[in-house]
Amino acid sequence: MRFVDEYRDADQARALAAKIAALCEPGRQYKLMEVCGGHTHTIYKHGLEDYLPESITLVHGPGCPVCVIPMGRVDDAMHLAARPDVIMTSFGDMMRVPGSQGSFFDAKASGTDIRMVYSPLDSLKIARQNPDRQVVFMAIGFETTAPSTAMTMLRAVAEGLTNFSVFCNHVTIVPAIKAILDSPDLRLDGFIGPGHVSTVIGCRPYEFIARDYGKPVVVAGFEPLDILQSIYMLMLQLSAGRCEVENQYSRVVPWDGNAVALRAIGETMELRPYFEWRGLGFISHSALRVRDSFAAMDAERLFSVPGVRVADPKACQCGEVLKGVRKPWECKVFGTACTPETPIGTCMVSPEGACAAYYNYGRVERHRVPEAAVAGSAVAGSAVGGDR
Amino acid sequence: MTAVDPAGRPVIPVADRADRADRERQVLDRIDRARRRRPRVREERITMSHGAGGKATRTLVEAVFLEAFRNPLLEPLEDAAELSLPGVRTALTTDSYVVSPLFFPGGDIGDLAVNGTVNDLAVAGATPLYLSAGFILEEGFPVADLVRVTESMRDAAARAGVRVVTGDTKVVQRGKADGCYVNTAGVGLISRDVVLGVARARPGDAIIVSGPIGDHGITIMLARGELDIEADVCSDTAPLNGLVARLLDAVPDVRAMRDATRGGVATILNEIADAAEAGVLAHEDAIPVRTEVRGACELLGIDPMYVACEGRLVAVVPGEAADRAVAALRADPLGADAAVIGHVTDGPPGIVQLKTAFGGTRIVDLLVGDPLPRIC
Repeated sequence: MRFVDEYRDADQARALAAKIAALCEPGRQYKLMEVCGGHTHTIYKHGLEDYLPESITLVHGPGCPVCVIPMGRVDDAMHLAARPDVIMTSFGDMMRVPGSQGSFFDAKASGTDIRMVYSPLDSLKIARQNPDRQVVFMAIGFETTAPSTAMTMLRAVAEGLTNFSVFCNHVTIVPAIKAILDSPDLRLDGFIGPGHVSTVIGCRPYEFIARDYGKPVVVAGFEPLDILQSIYMLMLQLSAGRCEVENQYSRVVPWDGNAVALRAIGETMELRPYFEWRGLGFISHSALRVRDSFAAMDAERLFSVPGVRVADPKACQCGEVLKGVRKPWECKVFGTACTPETPIGTCMVSPEGACAAYYNYGRVERHRVPEAAVAGSAVAGSAVGGDR
Repeated sequence: MTAVDPAGRPVIPVADRADRADRERQVLDRIDRARRRRPRVREERITMSHGAGGKATRTLVEAVFLEAFRNPLLEPLEDAAELSLPGVRTALTTDSYVVSPLFFPGGDIGDLAVNGTVNDLAVAGATPLYLSAGFILEEGFPVADLVRVTESMRDAAARAGVRVVTGDTKVVQRGKADGCYVNTAGVGLISRDVVLGVARARPGDAIIVSGPIGDHGITIMLARGELDIEADVCSDTAPLNGLVARLLDAVPDVRAMRDATRGGVATILNEIADAAEAGVLAHEDAIPVRTEVRGACELLGIDPMYVACEGRLVAVVPGEAADRAVAALRADPLGADAAVIGHVTDGPPGIVQLKTAFGGTRIVDLLVGDPLPRIC
């Protein structure tokens, strides 16, 4: 299949694996963070780690929209959805995220009107069909999905719809990366930069990572060869002692981002002073809310929401997993109390969550390709995924 | 003294890394034990996941139905039960159909209801003979549509060589059902000297699918009109009794067959690994998927391995019989694209591994949740 198969070619992967392995300094360990949950998913789904030498560890970052939603916000959404005059619409992967009183799916089974949509625009269709009820879209995601929420709001205005509103939980990626860089318990060598977010914000916002923190960044696409090539580009920088922002995903990501999309976000939303991230705590200027001029479309202002902060379950170590400090399997409840069927933490919910990706795809003995074994990697050949 | 790399960072000693691998292995073993615990329904209410064919469905079936009805005929949870009536081996099965929309490219709820039950009998090694048909109709459902459904049931029955010999009709108030639901039960005769069951699979056996996977599920998803995606696909609904007969003629010692419906091929591979207490290794490259289906799956972010078929079977045959089995299947138009997709291995029991087209290795687990609403 065109535009897919050429990015999954095993021969090219082996060639890249050999080049990556050759760049590893003997005895040195490399920790690279893929910020974006989409990358985590690709890495596990295609078994990409089989192509990496043991000395390179991929650390899974916080870029999974569902994973960073704190429990209190889920409870607030549930509170909204329980109103008889409200129809809540949500993306599918939000449906299973546990709040303190269960998930959207549980609420739906108990009779709450929550509907799964594939695009926020579908909410407008539902609003037109149900003029006597308020349709509230559970808006989540980074700058990747924010433009489609913004465009939906603009469309609703253009159509004169008065029964559509947004429960805005959009977050921004850069403050999260900064929080990780400032976190004392993690030492990273470089970043595989988020691809989809960068189609909107471009590559410039990452320049501070190279400039102020001295870490290389390579913005990467989502096919396995994209990621492997990005790792190669990072290794080239590291071995040459360079530290820059590079764009591997130039077929999609413009250096300056997408001005139209950014304008739509800016027209409808503004930065919140602070926002709580699951596991990461409160981060200032890290999320978006609906602008005053669109107050009539802001579910938080139309209805009162409890806004109660709910502490994560004690056993849950999503925060450390999101920061990359802890591997999924190092969490106390991973795979036993916390599974994709009965998730305790958000990382086990979304297919982009590190725990779900590892549980669903990664519980397997590693079969490292011969090209990935080099001088400097401690044990050649198959190991029990010791460096995940 | 801690060793440092040229940049002054501490280097993790090798022994620690080996220790980590050990600990990871221990965690994986613990998870494995947790997965083998007796299933328990934790939810207080039925959710859509309970009907999706994945983990929740299996838990519901095992913890509620099997628990209540447990008997040696039900326990193997094969597609049809084998009954011992004096002198004859008989197979019995039943299935309900709630597909939405009722009519879709390649078929409708009528032929689905006949083919689905015929196939459940066929893969149990039986020659399907008689069907029952039960209808639950919603007040206001157009009679013309009911006639259309019935006519396609008639045609499907004729194609499969079975007769609908008893039936039932109930009408419920408007809003209490979605147009038309159909239940069919089927009886078949096991005249061959075969013993089938996924528990009979053993290391070295080949696993075969009879054709491209995922056509039905994708067709239904697109026919619902919610996605604004168009693709030239239609349902693969078809009776498989002829194909099964060819296969059993060529390879009498087939170990097991399954009809790859809800939960798709991935679910069946897991059932094989579980029942046989063996490993399964499949090769993504070898699994036939139509380009249109692959494209739609890529766009929607779903894995064709989990998407339903209604006219495909998965067979487990002894390794040395694999070529014969594939040749026999390919001799039938319904099996033209049959292929060996993997093998039963002596790898970790109950675990299905996939060699990806990219060249990596990963797990294929049972599906959690429901990517496709009401597909059969």
